Amino acid sequence: MTNSHDMETLGGASAAFVASGIGCAALGLLTTLAQISVSVKNLLNWWNPAGPLSGKSGLAVIIWIASWIVLHAVWKNKAVSVHRALTVTLVLIAVGVIGTFPTFFEMFGH
Amino acid sequence: MTFTDREFWTVIHGMGFGAVFLLAFAGGLAGLWSFRPELATPAGLKERLRRLLAGTWIMAIIAWLTVIVGTYTVYPWYRAKPPEGADLRDYPRSYLLADENLAGWHTFAMEWKEHVAWMTPILATAVAFVVLRYGLRLAEDPHLRRACIVLFTIAFLAAAVAGMFGAFITKAAPIY
Repeated sequence: MTNSHDMETLGGASAAFVASGIGCAALGLLTTLAQISVSVKNLLNWWNPAGPLSGKSGLAVIIWIASWIVLHAVWKNKAVSVHRALTVTLVLIAVGVIGTFPTFFEMFGH
Repeated sequence: MTFTDREFWTVIHGMGFGAVFLLAFAGGLAGLWSFRPELATPAGLKERLRRLLAGTWIMAIIAWLTVIVGTYTVYPWYRAKPPEGADLRDYPRSYLLADENLAGWHTFAMEWKEHVAWMTPILATAVAFVVLRYGLRLAEDPHLRRACIVLFTIAFLAAAVAGMFGAFITKAAPIY
């Protein structure tokens, strides 16, 4: 992911962008998984008054922060293309949007 | 003229935070768009950076407050299960699902809103972090600035979906 001088030291920005995409994708995947599996849905029910939304959002935030810490540590001093990081991020956001879209996740049952 | 606690928090969640969110987004987007060396002197860029930091960080913080209050304060009232014989108007989710003409406000609108809204603070925080960390470099790097504009706008669109459906759902089944 290197090819121009203006991408140097932008690893921190790319890490923040891609990690945010991972957080969005995690939200979509967890939403769909909770629809597919009752046991996953129950596992994500961290606080009963809010139901499985508490676990889906909570776990997505944990995955986002963990991936940000890892990516930042790996990329912070590296030349990483912001353009490519944005492309990857947009794909991950699309996964998140599709996964949270009711018409999609309701195809998977209960 | 009185407010119940539930109405108060619903208004704070939707209109209070929503109004500040819109202002912060407008300021942040305008700031990112115009943060270019050809449009301002170095002193002007430094002054704009302060406003850009305020716009992006206020939007991120307000987005977190909105989803946390929404999920852990307002949503439990919305989804509470009614006891036998209860007036369903006090239980919005059950009220909507009991009427096939209104059920879509839960099965589609609420189901999408409650999930997609969580993307907003995540994306807005990433942009706010980049503005804080890279500062004036944003003015020199159009790729970095463009990436921030794209993600900032997607964060807003996710909030717009949530806010729009929230308003419609509240109209169909208010929380008293």
